[in-house]
Amino acid sequence: MKFVVAVKQVPDTAEVRIDPERGTLIRDGVPSIMNPFDTYALEEAMKWRDELGGVVTVITMGPPQAESVLREAISMGADDAILISDRAFAGADTWATSHTLAAAVAELGDVDAVFFGKQAIDGDTAQTGPSVAASLDWPQITFVGKVRELNKDFITAERYVETGMQIVQAELPVVLTILKDANVPRVPSLRGKMKSRKVQIPVWKLSDLGLTEAETGLNGSPTKVVVTATPEARTGGQIHEGSTQELVARLADLLLGEGGEA
Amino acid sequence: MDYMLNEDLLAIKEICIEIGEKHILPIRAELDEENKFPREIMNIIAQSDLFTIYIPEEYGGTGMGSMALAVATEELSRYCGGIAVSYAANALGAMPILLMGSEEQKKKYLPQLASGEKLCAFALTEPEAGSDAGGVKTRAIKDGDHYILNGTKQWITNGGEAQIYTVIALTDPERGARGASAFIVEDGTPGFSYGKKENKMGIRASATRELIFEDCRIPAENLISREGYGFMVAMKTLDNSRPGVAAQAVGIAQGALDEALKYSNERKQFGVKINSFQGLQFMLADMGTLIEAARALTYTAAGLIDSGAKNFNKVSAMAKVFASDVAMKVTTDAVQILGGYGYMKEYPVEKMMRDAKITQIYEGTNQIQRSVIAKAMIKEAHRK
Repeated sequence: MKFVVAVKQVPDTAEVRIDPERGTLIRDGVPSIMNPFDTYALEEAMKWRDELGGVVTVITMGPPQAESVLREAISMGADDAILISDRAFAGADTWATSHTLAAAVAELGDVDAVFFGKQAIDGDTAQTGPSVAASLDWPQITFVGKVRELNKDFITAERYVETGMQIVQAELPVVLTILKDANVPRVPSLRGKMKSRKVQIPVWKLSDLGLTEAETGLNGSPTKVVVTATPEARTGGQIHEGSTQELVARLADLLLGEGGEA
Repeated sequence: MDYMLNEDLLAIKEICIEIGEKHILPIRAELDEENKFPREIMNIIAQSDLFTIYIPEEYGGTGMGSMALAVATEELSRYCGGIAVSYAANALGAMPILLMGSEEQKKKYLPQLASGEKLCAFALTEPEAGSDAGGVKTRAIKDGDHYILNGTKQWITNGGEAQIYTVIALTDPERGARGASAFIVEDGTPGFSYGKKENKMGIRASATRELIFEDCRIPAENLISREGYGFMVAMKTLDNSRPGVAAQAVGIAQGALDEALKYSNERKQFGVKINSFQGLQFMLADMGTLIEAARALTYTAAGLIDSGAKNFNKVSAMAKVFASDVAMKVTTDAVQILGGYGYMKEYPVEKMMRDAKITQIYEGTNQIQRSVIAKAMIKEAHRK
């Protein structure tokens, strides 16, 4: 089987603070990590590779330093990795990112499944996985809490959604987004770490993917951020005490705007 | 302080930290309370290749040696001394095969141990043979192409959990220690069973159990080295493994110091953090200094073994004695710093204090080790 896992390097949100004045992230000195949800996607792909045989290729789109999350994935047991990096890709929204990732999956060829984490902890959109499926015109199963069955023809998976659990079957090739319920990601191995230090990671550029500048990066992104703002902090509520009758009367006054202290 | 650890050793350390933070911390108190063997953690350790580090590459290992084993044991011990000894006891059990085993024995057993598919244990101690290892009573009588084992081994770490045991038994009781031989016994061999599992003060996640041999027939090819070499195999094994106990002690002590530093920065009395009191600062300073000294001695002993040195039993014993005494002192002081909370099971330092105690006792009591050190020193002084 040929599996691809798409990962993203994100700031460690446990360490990120927000500048309340400007409403922006304070990224200074914040370590970059592999998006935590992506570790479940990686584990799921490796679990099925271990069971069925094949290779797990990890891809990421990002600046040169994003290579470190690919090396981390290799230390955990991924077979190889590709960095998708070009100045032309900078400033991409989820549309342009998906378009670029889909081109990379197509370039790899004969891929059976692409695994994503359910969302990235920085943007929190949960759009890139589904959008790659749309770009490739492949079926997608999002919010996968458990893969019940996977073989060369089809997959049966459990989706955990707000209304309950859905059992979905799809033909391969398929795009999946994985929840943390699916597995416990393995610890990196010593041999994996040794390999990850030495391995050469190829870099794919715009020209390698057969895309144009108009389709990628900021140029290819319909999303325009107009303004970012921090919602006003909520003030504390009021506590009233008294008999039910008194409280009902007071509440009515307050709601009707006649209570002097509201 | 990274002690100029090379990339491989740093990788080992990082792996242990990840296992510790994600997998050991959440369950260590429960394993301790319930006297429960960390089977899951052993599987994770296997998957992360930590069982490969003391096995040569030609037998499926990564062949990184004693220093690597010390780093791994130390780091795991920082999280749980019981889990760390369950890990390190595999190296102890494999040591007789590594040091003195035949090519066939190495090919057969070491790859299974490197992969973690099987666990290993070393069996020397008996009810009447502790510090006086020459007092072993377990017999091995040759019967054609087999040996027949009879006797009981006591306090065997990984007993009942391991699949491969290296066992010291007498082939010629009249020759005493020189009549001892070392054997490989596999779990499931008829006549080999397990006795009671001990209920210990500390390192309670580890399994400590009796091994019982009743007319247990093992193939003659399971003899390690030659008849009569058993005591030498045992002594060489322990000389090689003592830096592991030292590393365990350093790790336990470091874990306790980390807790003391954390707590004393949060706890306020008289309106200030208690780490602002000089009396407490001096305790922390001594704890840290002792740990660094113990670590340096431990790494020296491990490095000496890796360098191929012949005479390292003195330094190996020194590391074990010093580091274990440091662990006892530091963990006791950590309990003191945490005060009433330190005495309670809600905080981890009382467990660390219980775990530390065994390091002064096993793999040669600190009193026996001091004899070893003194004898080695006197011998060196008069050889000139």
